[in-house]
Amino acid sequence: MKRHVLLALGALLLGLSPAAAAINVVTTTEDLAALTREVGGEKVKVEALARGYQDPHFVEAKPSLVSKLISADLLIAVGRELEIGWLDPLVRQSRNAKIQPGASGYLDASLNVKILEIPTGQVTRAMGDVHPQGNPHYWLDPDNGRKVAASVRDKLKAMSAAEAAYFDARFDDFDKRLGEAQKRWDAAMAPYKGLKVVTYHRSWANFCDRFGLDVIGYVEPRPGIPPSPRHTIDLIAEMKRQNVKILIVEPYFDLKTPQSIGRETGAKVLVLLPSVGGEKEITDYIKLFDYDVNLLVSAIKETGAR
Amino acid sequence: MRAGVSRPRSRSRVFLFSTLLMSAPGLVRAQSPDAGSDVAALRAELLALQQQVAALAARIEALQGPPPEPTLAPEPAPPAAPGTAPATAAAPMPSSKVFNPDIAVVGDFIGAIGEPGAPDSEPSLELHEAEVSFQAVVDPYARADFFIAFGDGEAEVEEGFVTFPTLPGGFLAKVGKTRDVFGKVNAIHNHALSFADRPLVTKNLTGGEEGLSDYGITLSRLFPNPFVFLEASGQVYRGRSEVFDGTSRGDLAYVAHLRAYRDLTESTNVDLGGSFAYGGNDSGPGFHTRLVGADATLRWRPLRRAIYNRFLARTELVWSRREEPAAVHDAFGFYVSGEYQFARRFYLGARYDFSERATDPSLTDQGGSALLTFWPSEWNQIRGQYRYTRYGEGQTASEFLFQLLFSIGAHGAHPF
Repeated sequence: MKRHVLLALGALLLGLSPAAAAINVVTTTEDLAALTREVGGEKVKVEALARGYQDPHFVEAKPSLVSKLISADLLIAVGRELEIGWLDPLVRQSRNAKIQPGASGYLDASLNVKILEIPTGQVTRAMGDVHPQGNPHYWLDPDNGRKVAASVRDKLKAMSAAEAAYFDARFDDFDKRLGEAQKRWDAAMAPYKGLKVVTYHRSWANFCDRFGLDVIGYVEPRPGIPPSPRHTIDLIAEMKRQNVKILIVEPYFDLKTPQSIGRETGAKVLVLLPSVGGEKEITDYIKLFDYDVNLLVSAIKETGAR
Repeated sequence: MRAGVSRPRSRSRVFLFSTLLMSAPGLVRAQSPDAGSDVAALRAELLALQQQVAALAARIEALQGPPPEPTLAPEPAPPAAPGTAPATAAAPMPSSKVFNPDIAVVGDFIGAIGEPGAPDSEPSLELHEAEVSFQAVVDPYARADFFIAFGDGEAEVEEGFVTFPTLPGGFLAKVGKTRDVFGKVNAIHNHALSFADRPLVTKNLTGGEEGLSDYGITLSRLFPNPFVFLEASGQVYRGRSEVFDGTSRGDLAYVAHLRAYRDLTESTNVDLGGSFAYGGNDSGPGFHTRLVGADATLRWRPLRRAIYNRFLARTELVWSRREEPAAVHDAFGFYVSGEYQFARRFYLGARYDFSERATDPSLTDQGGSALLTFWPSEWNQIRGQYRYTRYGEGQTASEFLFQLLFSIGAHGAHPF
């Protein structure tokens, strides 16, 4: 009997040890979760707080999200105030010392990426919901995705030095696959450099910067401000003048205004995905760009946009 | 971040650092006073030149295109971005400002039309409250939140407390002046309510607009389990608020709260709470008031259309037992409210109120409200509320309230 108990205990301990070794990572978005999975592989357990089809500005600070943070070893945030409306109370309520801002288990993924649209001069709310630290939708440039993955790699190595070689190898493999994919995306988008587009929110600054698209306007009159009739009329006129045939919308915005703009201008309304998990089949970072680039290229071909 | 700083910046930092080292007091003391001041002047000039060189190098690099290494320096904004200025390196903020707390001000303007049914009804027009908040991290162990409410000719600390979120044993502690965690609406500030006023049960049994709010210590803890989010809180207060009035130093007030929350689906959740409060009342030494509360909230907010649609139904029930020299009064009250967002900027709301009075349960007030709220933006709300009340003494009041809420300053967390 005693031996059985000992055996059971031993098995329990053995069974527990790999789980205990896995680093428990919580990310704010599914993009960061996907990048962490690329680097961390089976040595990490990753969970995202927001879903990919959710507007990341307006996630609710639900207690169920607090529960996810209680035992996290590492919290990775997009930063640049994207999560300003919800992350802080979650972290505070988690009672988890490891992931409080400033602690070693809190990683702001934006610290070494290319950030666009950093406002200079006086910033006021007359500009709408402007992010004083720049456009937080930076992960939509694959080069930034690589930089985020590198930050995650460095953080994981610091947390688990014994697995350094593993994380290095995983990163190198991802880097290589991403590099190959980038060649594919760049080639697909190359003919359309300078193409004029309109987007709903400013989620696509880095995407358009990377692929050479020229954003001439937004459906929102100002960031976070719903479309007004006056602005919509002006936008339609401007789109007609500049012959804009592509209108990009995030999956969490209502399509009524974009579709009426589309009808007036002949532009195609395209629901591109800003995040992994925006559709069920978009399960990783490379698939996200595959999806968006394919959709965009076929829409451009369809409309004959130039 | 290892790769967080670009090469030119590190170089200029090295220059700066070496210059600072050279001007160390030990080295300066070796010179004669005159020579020392000459050298200091030369050094200052050198430093200025070095800074110019670094700035020029940064400009050359900016002209040559994106830097080879990741950088902390701001990137050029694309020309097609109205509202953002053209690219220049943002000047670093002086450190004295970096550590300033987040400051925000919320204005709460209320107007009322119709015959008031109670002496404490809203006046025709008033800046009901201007709430100023200061919030910042204190140190690696604590953060502090201050909410100062300016009303008609008076100012008071509505809340002012320090939070220790990561105490041993999974405890979170708050120390200072706080609103009690009794039910839901008691802990919510005026501007975050879905109504222009507070429910009758709040007015009659839990201290009205001031509510249960006092100086004290809060300890709360989560009890993680796979089924439900469970949070228990215990509070000890000085014992003097609108409801409690402890006569001696030992006459403290105690509050306990248990909250259970569960997601039913990704868009629907249920939030249940039980509350208890106990303390001395104003009838004299040895007389106490005991409050028991229950609350339930059902929320629905579809994730894909979170900014357009949501629904919230809530009820709170309060039982009050108040000891007085002549009798013990048992009073009961509740409200039921619903709020439905039917468009990005519009909310419809309704509330039914019922409450006996704590000091005279034979008097029962009842009422109903219908509300429409318009949100031009996240920082601005305009609300209209029709309110009908039948007071215990027999008189009725039919009133229209309108409210304008406007906030400036730091972007706080969205209430949940």
